[in-house]
Order: sequence, then structure tokens, then C-alpha cells
Amino acid sequence: MQSQIQSSSPTKSLLRTVLDAMLIPFLAILTAVVLGGIIIVLVRGNPFLAYAGLIQGSFGSARALSETSVWATPYIFAGLAVALAFKGGLFNIGAEGQLALGAVATALIGYALPEWLGIDIPAIIHLPLAIIVGMAAGAFWAGIVGFLKAYTGGHEVINTIMMNYIALNSISFLLNGPMKDRDPNNVIARTPLIAESARMPVIFDGLRIHWGFVLALLAAFLVWWMLSKSTLGFEIRTVGLNPDAAKYAGVNVKRIIILTMALSGMLAGLAGALEVTGLNYRHELGFSIGYGFDAIAIALLGKSHPLGVVLAAILFAAMRNGATRMQFLTQLPVDLISMLQALILLFVAADAIIRYIYRIRVQSERVVLTRGWGG
Amino acid sequence: MAKDSKVVLEAKGITKKFPGVLANDNINFDLREGEIHALLGENGAGKSTLMNILYGLYHPESGEVIVDGNQMQLNSSRDAIHHGIGMVHQHFMLIPVFTVTENIMLGAETDHRAVPNEIPLVKLDRKEVAQKVSDLSHQYGLDVDPEAIVGDLPVGIQQRVEIVKALYRKANILILDEPTAVLTPQEAEDLFRIMHDLTAKGVSIIFITHKLKEVLAVADRITVMRAGRVVGTTTPKESNEQKLASMMVGREVILTVQKKPAEPAEEILRVEDLRVRDVRGLEAVRGVSFSVYAGEVLGIAGVQGNGQTELAEALTGLRHIESGHFTLAGNDLTNKAPRLVTETGLAHIPEDRQRHGLVLSYTITDNMVLCDYYRPPFGKRGVIQQKELDANARKLIKEYDVRTPSPFVAAGKLSGGNQQKVIVARELSRPVKLVIASQPTRGLDVGSIEYIHKEIVAMRDRGVAVLLVSAELDEILSLSDRIAVMYRGEIVDTVNVKETTREQLGLRMAGVHEPA
Repeated sequence: MQSQIQSSSPTKSLLRTVLDAMLIPFLAILTAVVLGGIIIVLVRGNPFLAYAGLIQGSFGSARALSETSVWATPYIFAGLAVALAFKGGLFNIGAEGQLALGAVATALIGYALPEWLGIDIPAIIHLPLAIIVGMAAGAFWAGIVGFLKAYTGGHEVINTIMMNYIALNSISFLLNGPMKDRDPNNVIARTPLIAESARMPVIFDGLRIHWGFVLALLAAFLVWWMLSKSTLGFEIRTVGLNPDAAKYAGVNVKRIIILTMALSGMLAGLAGALEVTGLNYRHELGFSIGYGFDAIAIALLGKSHPLGVVLAAILFAAMRNGATRMQFLTQLPVDLISMLQALILLFVAADAIIRYIYRIRVQSERVVLTRGWGG
Repeated sequence: MAKDSKVVLEAKGITKKFPGVLANDNINFDLREGEIHALLGENGAGKSTLMNILYGLYHPESGEVIVDGNQMQLNSSRDAIHHGIGMVHQHFMLIPVFTVTENIMLGAETDHRAVPNEIPLVKLDRKEVAQKVSDLSHQYGLDVDPEAIVGDLPVGIQQRVEIVKALYRKANILILDEPTAVLTPQEAEDLFRIMHDLTAKGVSIIFITHKLKEVLAVADRITVMRAGRVVGTTTPKESNEQKLASMMVGREVILTVQKKPAEPAEEILRVEDLRVRDVRGLEAVRGVSFSVYAGEVLGIAGVQGNGQTELAEALTGLRHIESGHFTLAGNDLTNKAPRLVTETGLAHIPEDRQRHGLVLSYTITDNMVLCDYYRPPFGKRGVIQQKELDANARKLIKEYDVRTPSPFVAAGKLSGGNQQKVIVARELSRPVKLVIASQPTRGLDVGSIEYIHKEIVAMRDRGVAVLLVSAELDEILSLSDRIAVMYRGEIVDTVNVKETTREQLGLRMAGVHEPA
């Protein structure tokens, strides 16, 4: 039907497009906050005080902002990793393992390479090398899954989960055994501290915010540019939307699947590498606390758009970071935050509810995050 | 047939609006008992909207539906079924893993509950339903096995299951929405026979289509719709293809392709003893050899499923070749990547335009460079040149008459004809030596078919070799210079178009050898 065709983007301004895309997530957050408030009232808390605490704790001071950015850094990278895979039609559940593996690889280069070589390595070589090895570790780990998908049809959801088990348990072994910090006082499963030459310079004395946050924003821009402006991005999106058409168009679909997974794993590995070089200066078993899994939620909330991922990551970071202040002010349990996050995601995933509540008509095509099982 | 019998279904002054379009504008339509009333119109003429109103799926802004003399308020398909209206959709509503019986009883399970409000957990009485299915199937000559798994059945039989399903629900009015679009010529013939059997037993049929030949062959009356309005009602006796086409399109349409005699030059495509397997691993192409020369159209005729699809896929690099080889302009491209084949000079209009030819959620602009995005002027050093893409899209939309409000519309939102024009524009605007066109006009309206045929002939006249694969015998006959008939994976005959007839080809396609 000719005249039924609706004209889209070009007539709309960029701002309008962005606002349209953000509408559902925004309303989902709003609805979750209201519902959360009701729950707080039900447990005899003061929702206004609680939310004030949350905002204070996350954005209310220089320290709060710094801590929020510290949380946001791995969230942005891991969220970008999952979002990039989504764009290529792949579901990377394995960001957690890729991130941890990146952190361990970076830590190893950071503390052991000078010992092996028996020399002090200049920072200009040591730091980039440590980060690159972390990225490569993540890329390699995810690339295996891409290879299996491309050449055997093995589903990436199953395989990334299995690779998570292998990675996380191997790391547990390494941190308790060969790579364990040999300091006689140490009882924790962690690596030794990395050499000074593998550490990133501090931005502000006394604040934990590190260059990783800046790099995360830069990475978001680069991922956006790659996806929307480069021929590689065109290939990744085409394979993601219609692999048959991609093959017809002459795209090497197998190569793109492997490459997409590897790039995704590289971003996750980078998240781990920066945690080590910028923040903790070592890797510890307890350091990676589900970033890779929250990343799936962040990519979903951000609609797999790099800008959306950055905003969603900052929101998640703020909630995690502000939770302590909220608890201090209202004695409400921190678990409330997890519940609030779950509510937000529920409403984003089941956006029909939001559309119904706010009477929003479907206007744009739905974002299909991944094809079904065996797809 | 039943000229003066009573009216069983009538639509009076139906008007239905969608945002920005008047889909039905004061439509009057009636169906008499025991007749086949064809509803003819191009895609988007409003046929489906009208049928969805008759079937209770849409509510008209004004107008009324009268069934058996009573005005009806049809609020859902359940109401329509209750009033004896059954619909067979273009895309079947069957569950492939269920048996025929299970599909038919679905939603109409025999209810043995004594107390109405008892828990709805009763034993499904498959036997009883299977018996009924078998009875209905014999009564109307439908020949459906109640125990067969639907997914294993050919499309033509699946369609019969849909018809039995409607009859099982006691339908005496059947709406068939583009029923022949998915059928082979033989299956279509069978369907027409069944339709006549049904009407002879008092069933009334609304037959929605855009194929002129079928309408003239099978209908008692013909109503033509255009742009949401009824243009007129006629009968096959008072009409002919040319008249109907003009009514549909609203202008004179050239049904026969005008073309000069071919001037074949050098050999472009050479295929030697090619063997290809299909998806199930069975040999689908069995030792095929032929050549296509510059400036000629070689048509591959054959009933669907005789290896034409696999042949086209093999020649475009999409399917593995088991043995044999082919060359394009002297380059051996056997089992080479699709990109290399394309770069050597192939344009490919794929059989399944939505699966292979387009990325439906991409804009027209992006789809126009689907094969060329990586090379100048569209891609330079790995960067997409958006300005070049935009200019290219604007130029091709104009040149190839793609009807769209803007180049940024998603391809999936275009009509089938315009989607195909996007593919044709993209493929034929490149400098190529060979065009492989697979079912280039399947499911398209008369206007688009006319246009695409003209473009294919224009390519030929420019000295390009064209390999046309089509299940439509008329298309093969009107476009080809030479015709190769495929039957069970082999080319059984190659003839000059001037030295053959429709009947002869039909026999060859069915595997019948002429007496020597």
C-alpha cells in the first residue's frame, strides 16, 4: 500500500530521533522509580529520603562522582561488548569470563614480565603492552566461540556460558596457585601488585577516578563510528539483520561472525585490563562481581546503541554507588537497588507494558536484539 | 453457473480508512450462492482490507455486511466462522508439526463436557475428527490424508488442509486470498477443479487474485478494484485479459513484451556437466550443460523444484558445486566466493527477494549499495561515503520509478513490486556481463511486471547475457530467445522460442517425451 508508507528519519531532526529512542527506557525508569517508591512506603521507609540519598551518594560530591565513574567504566566497556555482538546478531553472554581473563592476562604482564626479562620496562612500553595483552586475551576467548558458531553452527549462547565456566574456574585456580601473591601475610586469592611502569597515572590525587573512564567514552564513540560509518560496520549489521542477504551481497559471513565475537571479547577484555592498570593494580578473585552479566542488561536498556550504553552504564553505576548512602540515610537494605534495576529492565524488555500505560503507539520497528535459538 | 441464485453475502457502502489512506471507499460487493466471484486488483487496491472486513478482522467506518439476508455485526473471525464464512489466507495458519487432523480440530475441539463450567480437560477425540476429515475430503474430492504431518505435505496439499479446516467449521462461504501465488501450474489446475467441485455442492467462493488468466479460466463473475474503489463487475465472457488489465491499472497495459530479434554475440556463460545438491543433500542438478551468449535471453522453464533454484544458486556462488564447472566471460568461477562472481560481472535478481535480495530494516539507500558498499565511490579506505550513497539512491529511485516518499524509508515498508524494483535497480545499474533473474516477477502486480520485463529486454539489447529462471510459462515465452526445459535436475530440451508452443513446453516440463 503506497500511501501507507511512513516516512522516517530524514525529515526528523537528529535530536528528535534521539529523544524518540530514549522515550521507552526513560518511561521504564520512571515507572520503576514510582513502583520502587511504593514498595519503600510499604516497608515503612521514606521514598523521598531514599531517592535523595541515592542521588547524593552517586552525584552529590566530587568523591561521589568519582566513585560513580569508577563503577561506570567496566559497565560501559562490557555493555559495549554485548551491544556490538547484538548488532552482529550474536548474544555474548560471556563478557564476564572475557573480562576476568583480560584482567588476569594484564596483571600477569604487569607483575611478571619485568621479572622474566630481569629488567625494568619503561612505562611507555609496559603499560600499553599490558593493556593490549588483556584485550587480546578477551578477543581470543570470544573469538573461539565465534569460530565454533561460524564453522560448526554451535550456538554462541551455550558456548559463551561454557567458556565462562572454563575461564572463571581456571582463573580461580591460577589466583589460588601459580599466580597467587607470594607475600607471606597474604591469604587472599589475588595476584601480586603490578609494576609501577604498568600503572596508569592518577588523574586527581585522592580520587579513584581513572583514565579508564575517559577511554570508555572514547571507545563508545569509536564503536558508534565503526558501526555506522565504516564498511566493516555495514558488514556486521548486515550479517546481524539478514545473514542470507549478507552472503548474497558477497560478505564473508563466517569471517564477520568470528570478527564480531573477537571485537566484542576485546572490549570486555579491555574492561578487565583497565580495572587492573587504572584502579586495583592487581587482579583479585572478588574484583569481578558480575559486570559481564549486568552488561547484558545495560546493552538492553541502551538499546544496543553506544550512546544508550553509556547512559545506561552510568545509571547502573549511580545506583550501585548511591546505594550505600541510601542505606545510611534510611536503613533500607541495599538489595532494594537490585530490585529497582530488575524493575527497570522488566519494563524495558516488556515495553508493551510501558506503551500501554503511557498510550504510546508503535511507530518504529522494534529492535531485535538477537535471533532465536538455532537462528 | 448460478446466475440468478440468491445472494449469500453482501457488502454495502463499506468505507475503511487507515492513517493517510482510504483503503476501501464506499465498496459494494455481493456473492451469490454457488458462484466463484473473483476479486481482482493490484497490490494495495484494497482487496485484502475488504476481505478482512468480511471476515470480522477489521471494522469499517461505515457500511454494512449482510449474510443470508441478515445484517451482521462481525466483531471477530469467530463471528464470521459462526456465520459460515471461512478464509484461506495466503500464508497458511497451520502448525507444521501437527497432523492434518490435529490442525483441523485446533480451536474447534469436540467438547464432551457434560457440565459447561467443568475444567476444560477432556480427551481429544482424534478418531471422530479424523473420520469427519476423511469424509469431507472424499465428498469434495480433496484427497487429504488425516494422519499426515502437515510439515511433510507439499504446499498444494497444505492449502487443501486449510480448505477442509474451513469446511469442517461448516463454512458455506469461502474466501481464498491469492491461493495460487504459492502453487505450481499443476497444483493451481487441481485447485480450480476443487473450486468447481465445491461450488457444484453449494459452496460460494470469493477468489482474490491479481492473475488475469486464472480469473478468466475459473470465475463466474469478476469484480475489479483499484485504489480502494470498485472499478466494475464483469464476467469472463464479456471480458478479456487486455480489458481486465486496463481496469486494474487504470491505463492501457502492454501485456506482450515488445522486442527485436536477438543478436547473440560471444559466449558469456558456459556451464559444463554441473552437479549440485539441494538442502537435504539430494542431487538436484544432474549434469547440466549449456551456454548463454551476449545479447540473448535464455529461459529456464520448469515446474518448481526441478533443480532450477539450485542451479541459479550454484552459478551465483551461493551453493556448493559437487562436480562440473562454469565460466563467466572466460573465468572459471566454480565454487568461488559470491563476491568474486559478482565482481567478474554478474547481476543476480534472487528468487527470494526478502531473504536474499534485501535487508528489510535497512533504508532504500543502504539496500541500493548492498553489493557495492565496499568499493568506490561508496566505500573508500573502509569508510562509507554517505553523500555518494544518497546521490546513488536518489538517482536510481528516479530512474527505476521506485514509488516511495523518501530514500530513507525501510525497504520492508515498500510494496512487493517496489521492493523488487529496488533490487532490479541495484543489480541492473551496475556494469555487468550476465544477469541471472530468478522468478523476477513472482507475486508482483501487472504494472511492475510490465516494467521489469522491459528492463530485462533493455539489458539484452545492450549486449548483456540474460539467464531467466521462471515457473511462469508465459514469462518464459515472452522474454526468452531460447528456452531450456529442466525436468528432475536435467535439461531435457533446448529450443528456439519461435520453434515451440506453449503446449509443447508444458508437456516437456511434465517430463513427457514427444514421439520421435
